[in-house]
Amino acid sequence: MDFTFSEDQIAFREAMHSFFAKELPLEAIRKNWETEAGHAPELQARIAEQGLFGLSVPEDFGGLGLSDVDWVQMTQELGYSALPDYVVDTAYVAVGLLNALPAGHALAAEWLPRIAEGGARVAVGHPSQKLVADADSADLLLLSHQGELHAVAGSAVKTVLNPSIDLSRRPCRVEWTPGAETRVLDAAAAAPLWEDALNRGALAAAGQIMGQILRMLDISVAYTSERKQFGKPIGSFQAVKHHLATVAVKAEFAKPVLERAAQAMASGDPARGVHVSHAKLACGDAGWLAARSGIQVHGGMGYTWEVDLQIFMKRAWVLDAAWGDRAFHKNRVAAHVLSANALLGAGKTFI
Amino acid sequence: MELKYTPEQEAFRQEVRAWMKANVPKEPLQDFDTEEGFKQHRAWEAKLNEGGWGMVTWPRELGGRGCNLIEWLIFEEEYWGAGAPLRVNQNGIFLLGPTLMEYGTEEQKKRFLPRMASCADMWAQAWSEPGAGSDMAAIRTKAVRQGDHYVINGQKTWSTRARWADWAFGIFRTDPDSERHHGLSYILLPLNLPGITIRPIRQLNGLAGFAEIFFDDVKVPVENLLGTEGGGWNVAMATAGFERGLMLRSPARYQETARRLVQLYLANREEADRDPSIREAVLKAWMDAEAYTLSTYRTASKLVNGAKIGPESSTNKIFWSELDIQMHDTAMRILGPRAELLPEAPDAGDVGTWLDGFLFSQAGTIYAGSNEIQRNIIAERMLGMPR
Repeated sequence: MDFTFSEDQIAFREAMHSFFAKELPLEAIRKNWETEAGHAPELQARIAEQGLFGLSVPEDFGGLGLSDVDWVQMTQELGYSALPDYVVDTAYVAVGLLNALPAGHALAAEWLPRIAEGGARVAVGHPSQKLVADADSADLLLLSHQGELHAVAGSAVKTVLNPSIDLSRRPCRVEWTPGAETRVLDAAAAAPLWEDALNRGALAAAGQIMGQILRMLDISVAYTSERKQFGKPIGSFQAVKHHLATVAVKAEFAKPVLERAAQAMASGDPARGVHVSHAKLACGDAGWLAARSGIQVHGGMGYTWEVDLQIFMKRAWVLDAAWGDRAFHKNRVAAHVLSANALLGAGKTFI
Repeated sequence: MELKYTPEQEAFRQEVRAWMKANVPKEPLQDFDTEEGFKQHRAWEAKLNEGGWGMVTWPRELGGRGCNLIEWLIFEEEYWGAGAPLRVNQNGIFLLGPTLMEYGTEEQKKRFLPRMASCADMWAQAWSEPGAGSDMAAIRTKAVRQGDHYVINGQKTWSTRARWADWAFGIFRTDPDSERHHGLSYILLPLNLPGITIRPIRQLNGLAGFAEIFFDDVKVPVENLLGTEGGGWNVAMATAGFERGLMLRSPARYQETARRLVQLYLANREEADRDPSIREAVLKAWMDAEAYTLSTYRTASKLVNGAKIGPESSTNKIFWSELDIQMHDTAMRILGPRAELLPEAPDAGDVGTWLDGFLFSQAGTIYAGSNEIQRNIIAERMLGMPR
């Protein structure tokens, strides 16, 4: 029993933290909002140089072959830096799907090396999601049709972009024609892959929200330490302190839930879906509180476009509803907890 | 990260389970704030100690079993899972015990710890005063040194189980001219000394769970000083950390409450579902109890790997106290008009001990440093907000 990360895992996370702090300063995020694709192509190349796109691509295909436990660390950094969705969708969710294809599948052999090199973007259209994030800039789309898994080239689909309040989000309606030549797996064979794709998407959303919470706390602590009223920094007032302390407590107790969900994914735990749903709910809940409390302690400034809080709270709001909304995840937890033979109580956590 | 028990840990679990199965009283004991209940609990603690389970994390030579924190969690899971009685000497074993381990002399450890593990000495905490609750540095009760004794005068309050205890540990002002947290000393004293008067205070449940202690020229030998004279604040802060932190509230307690809450909900589901928010509260109880468990395993793993405990103790305190209230509040809502009934009421049905737990949960956000104080600590020491 060891609920800690390895020194390598901690070091990798710290390295990515410094990398994003340098490569993606807050001004760059706002600048990216104004570009056609919503994000800068040169950033993708720099991220690829760091090996991030190959993180869980098997070594045989040019990647690092790391696990969901490594991703749970990384997604928090992606969230902290407000990186756009295509990074995690391509490098984690799509790679997970391609990795899960039957051994020797041509699609994996063709695309995994391209992703690892950083040259490809893959969008995932999960059966539960009507709109597909970043479909308009994807080289490959993994789409569902009546539960089947299809692979379609970006050039073969028509996309309609839906503007979002979060300017780094690119939710697209995708118009395409399913056929025998696009079908990768039938519905029965695809079902478990779709299930884990949703688990990975939800886990990554939860991890990103956790990163956004940490960023919102940092921004709020910095602001309340500087801003003075009644001759003192407002952060010295107990009422202000307590807002942020409550967020910190919520975040502190969502973290181990998030980490355990990743470990359950990595080890193929049969109950991984419940653990992922728990993590999504815990992080989502803490994310809403962090956003609301962030606005409150910023006062009027919290309602403005200027302060950077908005970047992170919008991402926390939208990611909470992505990859299974609250109702979906609550029902998954309920099905487990309220079932007649549920193993509940002391000593049942790791069984 | 390896979230599986080792074969040794599994074997340890089986050993605890077998002993608990054979020894946990079949009938629940009476409340330990009654005279009869106290005797029953004390007998149970002695039996537990005979089995070698008095305080599993202490070294063997001090009456323990040398377990690490992961093994301690496993022990706690089996203890609560078996429905074993609450620990009547919890102030001693969970608060003073770890403090003695850190600050006591070898002689003090040998003198006090083994007797504590068996409950031969039952301990009360003597910290708060009428003018010093959350602001503990406002303590005024004096312990003035005269030769090889301290002479204590003043009053303590909210001293849990002082009515039944043999000994008390507290902080006293040994430097009469000192202010705030300077000049305080941590002193251990028997409660049967001449000049001590104990006045029980009845709690919400009608039982005298805590007491006031009055000191009138009470003479305590200097050898009962823990740590250095005037250095009591730091020692007390270490105890406070234990109180808020891991040991006092192991997660198994909340997991069992959550499990019982799920059962209560399922048994009364038709009624309960008239309020759709109850189902959600039941799920939240399970998720939060699980989160608390995971967090504790995470902290324990870090400590076993050599890390030092950080602000976890303050976040823990807030989390378990609010979780306890949330769970019992939900139980009260499920029971509806039956919630007021005492367990012995003829029409009580399955009210069980929910009411008692509900009343006790009301105190959780107050004792061990109010949650407002904990939030200040988190804001200043964990988030770095200005003072």
